[in-house]
Amino acid sequence: MIAVQAEPFEAAVLLADFSARAAGAGAIASFIGLVRGENDGALVSGLELDHHPRLTERTIEAIAADAAARFDLIDVAIVHRHGALAPGEAIVFVAAAAPHRRAAFDAVDYVMDRLKTEAPFWKREQRSDGAHWLEARDSDHADRRRWEAEPR
Amino acid sequence: MRILFFGRLGDLAPAGPVPPGVRDTGALRAWLGRDRPELLDASIRIAVNDEMVLGNRALDEGDEVAFLPPMSGG
Repeated sequence: MIAVQAEPFEAAVLLADFSARAAGAGAIASFIGLVRGENDGALVSGLELDHHPRLTERTIEAIAADAAARFDLIDVAIVHRHGALAPGEAIVFVAAAAPHRRAAFDAVDYVMDRLKTEAPFWKREQRSDGAHWLEARDSDHADRRRWEAEPR
Repeated sequence: MRILFFGRLGDLAPAGPVPPGVRDTGALRAWLGRDRPELLDASIRIAVNDEMVLGNRALDEGDEVAFLPPMSGG
């Protein structure tokens, strides 16, 4: 399941559907990213996510395929919002189904590190101190580099 | 040629008609960068027809060229 959508999603429903379809899995790990209510000491009133539609879809498909191959997954799901979001809303849902837990945990971590640094999304926060475009932090790039060594 | 600016680059002035001498991504970046120095920064990446471009790439009239600042997904 790969989707890039403006509509809100219900993570619990996505996870239930994903679990029902992951026949033969011994482990499912999932992650939900949420819009922050504050950043750098300022209150966040909303988030706008710009994206490059076709490139985004293509990039996410490639990340999902890489994760599936690298961690020998039974299935992987990535759902990402774009457009206007409010604090507390879910931005991204990632789930991985594998025979054993380590692969499922690692796959979700891997997908998030790549989404942060490679998926063509751009966040603009509306804060109490004005509008701010966000960029991946150094720590996000350091996280991404953890996966550059040979797969397990 | 269609030229798109994403993220914070969306606030830049839209590109006018590309002069005939501009035939690759390097020349396009240099031409646009004269009025928009933000585009000259090495962190700004380019995609042509939905494919990321590394280095320089030849351009045709019908190409869509996207300028992409560092990303912030997830």
